Amino acid sequence: MGESCYDVIVIGAGVCGCAIARELSRRRLSACVLEAEEDVCCGTSKANSAIVHAGFDAATGTLMARLNVEGSRLMGPLCEELGVDYDRIGSLVVCVDGAQRGGLDALLARGRANGVADLRIVEREELRALEPNVADAAVAALWAPTGAIVNPFQLTVALAETAAVNGVEFRFLSPVTGIARRPDAGWDVTTPSDTLAARVVVNAAGVHADELHNLVCAPGDRLEIAPRRGQYHVLDVTAGAHVRHTVFALPTRLGKGVLVTPTTGGNLLVGPTAEDIEDKGGVDTTADGLAEVVRKAALTVRGVPFSERIRTFAGLRAHQAGHDFVIGEVPGAPGFVNCAAIESPGLSAAPAIGRMVTGIVCELLGGPAEKDELLPRPAPIPDVARLSPEAWSALAAARPEYGRVVCRCRTVTEGQVVDAIRRPLGARSLDGVKRRVEAGMGRCQGGFCSPRVAQILARELGCDLAAVTLSGPGSELAVGTDKDAWAGAPGVPAAPGTPAPAAPAGEEASR
Amino acid sequence: MRRYDVVVVGGGPAGLAAAVAARAGGRRSVAVIERDRELGGILNQCVHSGFGLVTFGEELTGPEYAARWADAAAESGAEVLLGSMVLDVSAGPEGPAVTCVSAERGVERIGAGAVVLAMGCRERPAGALGIPGFRPAGVFTAGCAQRLVNREGLLPGREVVILGSGDIGLIMARRLTLEGAHVACVAELMPYSSGLKRNVVQCLDDFGIPLLLSHTVTRVEGRRRVEAVEVSRVDGAGRPVPGTGVRYPCDTLLLSVGLLPENELSRAAGVELSPVTRGPVVDDSLMTSVPGVFACGNVLHVHDLVDYVSQEATRAGECAGAWADGARGSGRTVPVVAGTGVRSAVPQRVDVARMPDELVVRLRVDGVYERRSLVARAGGEVVARRRRDILVPGEMEQVTLRREALLGLGGVDAITIGLEA
Ligand SMILES: Cc1cc2nc3c(=O)[nH]c(=O)nc-3n(C[C@H](O)[C@H](O)[C@H](O)COP(=O)(O)OP(=O)(O)OC[C@H]3O[C@@H](n4cnc5c(N)ncnc54)[C@H](O)[C@@H]3O)c2cc1C
Ligand SMILES: Cc1cc2nc3c(=O)[nH]c(=O)nc-3n(C[C@H](O)[C@H](O)[C@H](O)COP(=O)(O)OP(=O)(O)OC[C@H]3O[C@@H](n4cnc5c(N)ncnc54)[C@H](O)[C@@H]3O)c2cc1C
Repeated sequence: MGESCYDVIVIGAGVCGCAIARELSRRRLSACVLEAEEDVCCGTSKANSAIVHAGFDAATGTLMARLNVEGSRLMGPLCEELGVDYDRIGSLVVCVDGAQRGGLDALLARGRANGVADLRIVEREELRALEPNVADAAVAALWAPTGAIVNPFQLTVALAETAAVNGVEFRFLSPVTGIARRPDAGWDVTTPSDTLAARVVVNAAGVHADELHNLVCAPGDRLEIAPRRGQYHVLDVTAGAHVRHTVFALPTRLGKGVLVTPTTGGNLLVGPTAEDIEDKGGVDTTADGLAEVVRKAALTVRGVPFSERIRTFAGLRAHQAGHDFVIGEVPGAPGFVNCAAIESPGLSAAPAIGRMVTGIVCELLGGPAEKDELLPRPAPIPDVARLSPEAWSALAAARPEYGRVVCRCRTVTEGQVVDAIRRPLGARSLDGVKRRVEAGMGRCQGGFCSPRVAQILARELGCDLAAVTLSGPGSELAVGTDKDAWAGAPGVPAAPGTPAPAAPAGEEASR
Repeated sequence: MRRYDVVVVGGGPAGLAAAVAARAGGRRSVAVIERDRELGGILNQCVHSGFGLVTFGEELTGPEYAARWADAAAESGAEVLLGSMVLDVSAGPEGPAVTCVSAERGVERIGAGAVVLAMGCRERPAGALGIPGFRPAGVFTAGCAQRLVNREGLLPGREVVILGSGDIGLIMARRLTLEGAHVACVAELMPYSSGLKRNVVQCLDDFGIPLLLSHTVTRVEGRRRVEAVEVSRVDGAGRPVPGTGVRYPCDTLLLSVGLLPENELSRAAGVELSPVTRGPVVDDSLMTSVPGVFACGNVLHVHDLVDYVSQEATRAGECAGAWADGARGSGRTVPVVAGTGVRSAVPQRVDVARMPDELVVRLRVDGVYERRSLVARAGGEVVARRRRDILVPGEMEQVTLRREALLGLGGVDAITIGLEA
């Protein structure tokens, strides 16, 4: 302890922590990101609507509004630079009740005040032409051509990779359990395996940011983040063209609606709910929540083909009573910088948040110089499904593993899986591979490819197939080997109907 | 561009039987394109016995059955391209062609006189059901678990609940028990099993594993790994009845909730698909709506017994070969309609002038029926009748149409197959 003192420790490797890390990596400073999970993008950043909001939602003058509009402007060029899927498909806020049309005008005015470009209201006929499957009851909509969709997994991974190749250290499976002020200056940050020192700490711990804040703040300055759950249905790519734009519902007296949107992967995403819950790990779905989404989707879009569903999921918004981002040094805790309460539109705002937080950090560090040269993100993994036959053949000739398809739904080759593992901050689990190259994200949800991907992981990581995990320790693919429970038994299987022997000790050990 | 008389997509039992038939003793050039490193398809992981009783008159394991057909294909002289995934099937004016990719040859296009689709099926995943709760490790489709247990020697879990009484789930209940796991129950949404009766008896009853009909899983617990599932009773409409949930502590949930024909290639090729079978709509030659493109096996409709797959595929191979030789039908087909109590009938169209003397129509009923007859009628006349003591959706039925009987009617508009007293 103490021998190595980082200039900055960032807690949390969600899209915010990784955007901050990338900005920090431009400077002459030492930085380390501590992440509780086994990979980047395991929290809210992996479970959201993946919309780059245009910026008309947040109240004018809030940090949220400013960073959303700035983030939305930065996102396109950033994704271009990093090789991240991004598509400016535009968004519509649909009004289905003539009596509430005024709501659209209010949104339009707010958007303009926030600095959102090109907003306008489209009437029924034009709306129908723009979005043929809009509900029959639709009377008008706010049209925001700057609304976009982005691949949040790719974005977070690409930000982290760029930071890593430019010198930022990442430590996974490192949950921060304690933070204490050092006698001189700076902070000791404790994880189960280490205590690390840093001059500045950035708290980008998502729904857990309040817990870290409350370790260092003055008694009257506590923060409370309440998880607000959102549940979704994901539909197969066969349904991906059901809408052409992101379709939001104008909130009515009956509450907030749900959105229907294509994703960059060509699927259709429908959700979310908004439920205040207690459990910060409560990413479970409920029958009522999923049914509510189905019901509400019909209000704005007709005939959503839920029969094509391939997946349901839920994510947690880091909701805080003030409903604004909490960014800045905590009063009375010099060098402890919050990036907290980053609820929606946190993904959209992330590029701007990265800049803002880094600005604050650099000021605290006395303005470390910019590096002369910043290495680019390592070239993105080739997506064979988008290559020309000639280009794919050439790739397979150079690297035969690029001719072996392992995921049939998304057409992902062994080569892509291998590269996802070998990259800086490479994948260590089935979910890690899925976030990087989409193997297992298609209609069969890994039923076909997961044993094959697991074999590649085992080979590349030099571990047993049984030890390969879905998403880190405790989620192993297998709990044992065939008949291991019989080992040492008298050599005869149990009689029909008798329960198998209790799990041997090995199972406990593997948890 | 390489060219064969017949190109078969998929080297499972359907593809192999089609290839053998299309070769016709060496008269035609045939290629089988298989994405895996070995032939045999899904049978390679079905290590239990019960295959081949119809075809070979003996009880074989899945790999043994597959090996017989792989040998037959090799003997026939059909060319086999392994590790080659077909990406695209298309039909141009010069006949159909396929595009495939392999490590050895990259992306290549192969021309054909006729193409036989034999891509098999895939399992419906957990996500499609939208089971409430968490999404941890330990939720597997039964086929995925089958691969882990039978091919990798790995035990996915020790305390298991199975949702769905499809055959693979039933087989896996027995397999997991033999490998040392405990299967707490099999929950089935419907009031009847969707698997074969013999599998219910041999895989559940013999091992004392309860089959809970009209039940479903209503919650999955566990953040990293499954810790428990809740099983509830459902009402007549399949909706869970509140308050009936029973919590089963377990580390694994297996799903055997349906197989879906693997028709992405077919759809992209413009092949008309049936919303009922989810496979191509075919005529009596097993040709799809795209001329020169045929289909058989699980990609056409999900079978329960592989022996019937081989029979069906043999016909598809023969007809594809004949098409490649230039044979054409009369140009007039009549629909085969699923009547009362029948959910699906394949083929969906028949060319009476061209059909074989005896044509097998394979059917599934839409519920459980006792002591009924499967009756085929054309213009009100009975053209085939088959008495059954019991009919269940889990077992494929068949009715044989005789060409002579149909021709005898002189002019038929439709053939309707339904259940009658
Ligand atoms: C339902 C829903 C829909 C949304 N839709 C959109 C949208 O369409 N567009 C948009 O712009 N935004 C959207 N958002 C918001 C957006 O997803 C979030 O604002 C953004 O992902 C927050 O990123 P983050 O990095 O702050 O948090 P996270 O991604 O949650 O990252 C925090 C990380 O910190 C780690 N961590 C926590 N505690 C510790 C600890 N003690 N030690 C170490 N690591 C720790 C966590 O493991 C996690 O990886 C949505 C959010 C939700 C829930
Ligand atoms: C998990 C499972 C267990 C079963 N257990 C039993 C049982 O116990 N008893 C029984 O009688 N029946 C069983 N069946 C049914 C029986 O095995 C099938 O009816 C039979 O295997 C179907 O043969 P097929 O050739 O149509 O499909 P498959 O055996 O699935 O073969 C399809 C082949 O096509 C290949 N393929 C697919 N797409 C492409 C492409 N694009 N390019 C190249 N190749 C491709 C696949 O790799 C595969 O080898 C089971 C089926 C499944 C899915």
